[in-house]
Amino acid sequence: MSDVGIWTHDGFEMVVGLEVHVELATNTKLFSGAPNRFGDDPNTNIDPVSLGLPGALPVLNRQAVELAMRIGLALNCTVQSCTFARKNYFYPDMPKAYQISQYDRPLNIDGHLEIADGIVIGIERAHLEEDTGKSTHIGGSGRIHGSEGSMIDFNRAGVPLVEIVSRPDIRSPEQARQYVNELRAILVEIGASDARMEEGSMRVDANVSVRRPGEEFGTRCEIKNVNSVRSLGRAIDYEARRQIAMISDGEAIRQETRHWDEGDGRTHTLRTKEDADDYRYFPDPDLVPLDPGNEWIESVRANLPMLPAARRTRLAEMTGQSAAAEAIATIVERRQDDYVIAVAEIAGGADRVLIHVKEAFSEQGSEPTVPAADLAALVAMEVAGELTSTQTKTLLGDLVDQGGGDPAAMAAARGFEAMDTSELDGFVDAAIAADPDAWAKFCAGDGKAMGALVGHVMKASRGQADGKAVTAMLNARKG
Amino acid sequence: MSGFQNARSIVEAVSTGATSAVDVLSEHLARIDEREAEVHAFNLVLREEALQAAQQIDDRIAAGEVVGPLAGVPIALKDNLCTRGIPTTCSSKILDGWRPPYDATVVSRLANSGAVFVGKTNLDEFAMGSSTENSAFGPTRNPLDTSRVPGGSSGGSAAAVAAGFAAMSLGSDTGGSIRQPAALCGLVGVKPTYGAVSRLGLIAFASSLDQIGPFTHDVADAALLLESIAGHDPGDSTSIPQPFPSLSESLTRGVDGMRIGRIVDLPAGADAEVVASVDRAFDVLASAGAEIVDVSIPAFTYGLTAYYLIAPAEASSNLARYDGVRFGSRVEAPDTNSMYMATRGEGFGPEVKRRIMLGTYALSAGYYDAYYGKALKVRRLMAEDFAKVYQSVDALITPASPSVAFPFGSKTSDPLAMYLCDTYTIPSNLIGHPAMSVPFGSGEQDLPIGVQVLAPEMGEPTMFAVAAELERAAGGSHV
Repeated sequence: MSDVGIWTHDGFEMVVGLEVHVELATNTKLFSGAPNRFGDDPNTNIDPVSLGLPGALPVLNRQAVELAMRIGLALNCTVQSCTFARKNYFYPDMPKAYQISQYDRPLNIDGHLEIADGIVIGIERAHLEEDTGKSTHIGGSGRIHGSEGSMIDFNRAGVPLVEIVSRPDIRSPEQARQYVNELRAILVEIGASDARMEEGSMRVDANVSVRRPGEEFGTRCEIKNVNSVRSLGRAIDYEARRQIAMISDGEAIRQETRHWDEGDGRTHTLRTKEDADDYRYFPDPDLVPLDPGNEWIESVRANLPMLPAARRTRLAEMTGQSAAAEAIATIVERRQDDYVIAVAEIAGGADRVLIHVKEAFSEQGSEPTVPAADLAALVAMEVAGELTSTQTKTLLGDLVDQGGGDPAAMAAARGFEAMDTSELDGFVDAAIAADPDAWAKFCAGDGKAMGALVGHVMKASRGQADGKAVTAMLNARKG
Repeated sequence: MSGFQNARSIVEAVSTGATSAVDVLSEHLARIDEREAEVHAFNLVLREEALQAAQQIDDRIAAGEVVGPLAGVPIALKDNLCTRGIPTTCSSKILDGWRPPYDATVVSRLANSGAVFVGKTNLDEFAMGSSTENSAFGPTRNPLDTSRVPGGSSGGSAAAVAAGFAAMSLGSDTGGSIRQPAALCGLVGVKPTYGAVSRLGLIAFASSLDQIGPFTHDVADAALLLESIAGHDPGDSTSIPQPFPSLSESLTRGVDGMRIGRIVDLPAGADAEVVASVDRAFDVLASAGAEIVDVSIPAFTYGLTAYYLIAPAEASSNLARYDGVRFGSRVEAPDTNSMYMATRGEGFGPEVKRRIMLGTYALSAGYYDAYYGKALKVRRLMAEDFAKVYQSVDALITPASPSVAFPFGSKTSDPLAMYLCDTYTIPSNLIGHPAMSVPFGSGEQDLPIGVQVLAPEMGEPTMFAVAAELERAAGGSHV
């Protein structure tokens, strides 16, 4: 993690806070019984509330509250009694011309999230709100200005969102990426959201400013339209450099909302503070205050699953400190750590298990198709020296292809049998005889020559020799 | 009412087969044919639908079914109550052509009770007004004197009952819109406790103040109709999750031993004849065994000011959805913003526009604390003042309207004069308490005067007992 904590440019550092919107994985919408489902035909998952029809009233979805509380608790927030407010603005895909959100009393406040190297990013709040519909502008640039017409799909209108607002604690693009990746892993783990940036179920806006270390915060710009974790890093890097260049030229930064253009790799002014909406927030009179109460909060807390950070620690302890952090992160991200642990508990060799699972099951889910016991039997044979690593890989491929099986029988079928020492001795003799040059170099201390000798043995034994045993034998002969 | 003095006698006659629902309806339709052109109580008369519904009730009774507590009663609905498949206009051009895909909760409850809907009644556009002169479809006339207004905003619902077009009707009351027209048309009108009647399907004016309630010829009918529509509705988050108390015992209870409050610092402005009626009401209650107690409610005076910030603020948000995008009228224009402005500019009348602008201003950045925020404080103070008073009294008596029905055009050029009509009715909406107007005496031209009875939250049983006592003393319904 090379530049986690450090990003400086011409003596400036960046100050970044992220606003992450996630769609909750509820069955129905935040304030009505219309289905919350992605990908259906336009305007099929709608009802009077989703459309903001006259006379329709919102009724809060309990499942959404519970998932939002899970998010808050997973992010170490305080969950509190809260209220809903109306955020008023006109837009065609905003059915009531106001969004029901939380303003001065959000559900979750004052949390934090730890990324690599013990860096802690503060969470200011994580509040509930409803999503808008989706506009598609026809003709022109694809934006509403200059388009010939617009189509609106209200399926998304009223889908529950949680907006997670970080404190301005992020200091580098890598930290921002890590924050989002870790947040996404947590959201998936706790079942709150599928958190897919490509499908828009997770959307990230970045507030970026720059300053010389130790100075007051500079004027910030909000960056929108960042559609991947990679773009997030590029966007804030670009934006920070843009601001530093302006300051260096003696210009002042204007507070504004800017649009990230993936194509040209730049941010462009969307609107300035002067033409920002006055949202006229006020308490929504159609809803009553929500007080989850201690009992509900504690039962949600008690039912939280083990979070990714704890899962990584558990796996690292089991596989030993030598095991690659990257493999552990990958396994936890794929949520295959329970499987790894199940296999290792039977067979031992946790470090071997980790690598096999990482390599063989990259396309599979948290419960790979090969029964844990079968993979454990294979690893046990490998650890006992009955199989070479090459043979093990081959048999692992067979297990994956067949969805499991008895590794011993598979080894027999492929003719993989451990060679006895006398047979191996013969192959080593033959190798030395066949390539005396290599042998001479090897004896003179040229380690590279060993590869050629081992290669002869492998060729003669049709790959069945154990590479480690051959190496040991050559070293012994050299004396 | 030719054949029947009240709705209870209709239910009795229809349920026992003494008459048919179709005959009862025909009688009312005949009166509509006779006078509706002059009165203009309705935006829409549901002649065919009503005949069909009445016939069904007769068929069910013939088949021995028990039809419900409102069997065969012709009822008129204010045209801001959603009726499935039937135009619902709020007397606004902006809802032109819109047919709700659902019934308001009160509408389905009444249908299940055997009611027959005769029509949708005229109102001040979006219930904003006190005379029904603000309707886009022309004013409603007071059947007692057609040179005068019926009051508002539920003027059509009041006129429909006063003219015998319907035996009872529903209105909505945000600042007095049931009680004031009831007073001006010589009817009983009730604004229930906030949350006692579901608002689901009531097209919102000011959500924290709106309540649906009955217009009837007498107090017992009001109890019957209110009991039919009240009770918890999970579809309205502000609905009180408790059973609504029975009112039947209240009708005969009397006021013996009750303490009735006279507000000594009530804002001035009521005509002398109205004040005289209220004084006589106190005398009547005292001689019926109640103790009259002088109380002070300093915040009462500030109700009007607070109301004309809170109600427009909520309205500015509630009415933002009429944007021409999804339903109702749309004026085509080259771009979205022009379409919004043209649609809303042509669709809304001047009073609606005035209140939207008032409310938008009151919520704007920099003005919120001075206006909307301060109004909320007044609201809290008022609640405290009333709570204190209800420690020592059971109910309060005030005028319902400062005057009897006034001539057309007499207040239209001065919005503030019109707003003052609501001086005595507004506080109950601000604090969510029940209040009702009951005919008691008459003034100039023998026009009816309404006395208002106020009670604490869910204090309807007490309130109805006081109203019933006043009704007995006044010698039954005014008509």
